[in-house]
Amino acid sequence: MKKEDVPQDLSSLGKLTNEVCYATDSSGKYVTALSRGWDVKISALDTAWDEVTIRIEAARQKVLNNEASPLLFFMEKGLMDVQILAGYTGYWQWQVKRHLKPNVFKKLTAKQLKRYADVFNVTIDDLKTMNVHEA
Amino acid sequence: MKLNFEHLQSAHCENGVTRSLLKNIGVNGITEPLALGIGYGLFFVYLPFLKINNGPVIAFRPMPGLIFNRVCKALDIPVIRKKFSSKEKAEAFLNQCLDEGHPVGCQVGVYYLPYFPREYRFHFNAHNLIVYGREGDNYLVSDPVMEYTTSLSSYELERVRFAKGTLAPNGQIYYPKPGSIVTPDQIKQGIKHGIQKNANIMLQSVVPIVGIKGIRYTGNRIKSWRDKLGLKKAGLYLAQLVRMQEEIGTGGGGFRYIYAAFLQEAYEYHPVDELMEISKLFTESGDLWRTSAVQAAGIYKNRLGSQEDFNTMGDYLLEIAELERKAFTALKNIKWQ
Repeated sequence: MKKEDVPQDLSSLGKLTNEVCYATDSSGKYVTALSRGWDVKISALDTAWDEVTIRIEAARQKVLNNEASPLLFFMEKGLMDVQILAGYTGYWQWQVKRHLKPNVFKKLTAKQLKRYADVFNVTIDDLKTMNVHEA
Repeated sequence: MKLNFEHLQSAHCENGVTRSLLKNIGVNGITEPLALGIGYGLFFVYLPFLKINNGPVIAFRPMPGLIFNRVCKALDIPVIRKKFSSKEKAEAFLNQCLDEGHPVGCQVGVYYLPYFPREYRFHFNAHNLIVYGREGDNYLVSDPVMEYTTSLSSYELERVRFAKGTLAPNGQIYYPKPGSIVTPDQIKQGIKHGIQKNANIMLQSVVPIVGIKGIRYTGNRIKSWRDKLGLKKAGLYLAQLVRMQEEIGTGGGGFRYIYAAFLQEAYEYHPVDELMEISKLFTESGDLWRTSAVQAAGIYKNRLGSQEDFNTMGDYLLEIAELERKAFTALKNIKWQ
């Protein structure tokens, strides 16, 4: 990549900081150049986020249909999977998987619910009702 | 308390941390490309069975921590590296290091990193930053991908140091032991060693998902993604590939440009003409990776989507594999003086 070809498409990161790129100058020698972002990367990130939105919506529907507990909704919203959620709550993965079932979730004690609520940074009531206060 | 420390921006976090921490103990000659090259950090692996953000892992760098360790080993600098199960002990050790005057590298997760834009905050745990001081409850942070220094409260720092999920950092902390004197000859030997090791890793993998074979394998797999996964999921996988390859830290083209820069710098230590020629091959490879990213973008933006388009995408990777096979074979066959 030549220095003058370093893309300068403003990304969300570019608003905060430029990125260092390695590119060649007119003599072919490598120098560093700053980039504000690249369209191809921006759209890759957008694609990932579109998918996140779809997954959250699908999770919400599943919870409403009583196919999953509200934990699924918050897990997707936090971009987590069972492994990550287990890590943050300190539960085993098989326990988290069990808690994702609506019937098991209903029997969780306040203490158990609090562990999840703390990780998702919501109250226990909000956890049960899928209530989200957008910051 | 603020240690005397100079913030340097880099393309890749671990190269940057390596360069800055070494510079801090008086080892000045290690630039970012030299760190990547001596640490034989050019890599490729495709892990279809390991998922990050619901897509396959396609990594262009070795496991976090390796580049730093290898560079220090090549230069005979002892490394202090620790992991913790207790958050309290992790913080106590960090404070102790700072009190003794060592800026330290930390492996962190980016999901809770407050100075990153929200769009970039996925559960990705292989980021590295340097802590170089403390003021009240705030730690002073030099993150090599940022243009300027930042700070984190003790709570924020603890949260990112104990991020969970794949490659959980477990509070990992490291720094080079000061007091070593590095001679140009050590750097020279390190360059040679790094090139030979990197060529071996990329050329002689026994598993089909690593190195040149891995690139070829991925290229062939991509051709079947459309039928196997459906257009939508295939697009997501390609977006994942592009993010791993081009996102902050790679210097563009999946580190190929940084490696090309490394070979140019290597020439100053080893005046072997081939190095300059091979450097051009890596530039070519970096350009091809980027061209393939544009093709991938066409697919995940739904501008392209026929089997023909997937074949083109896969063929780019086959072409890259062939180009890099040539480049690494040439590196392997260099007659060192």
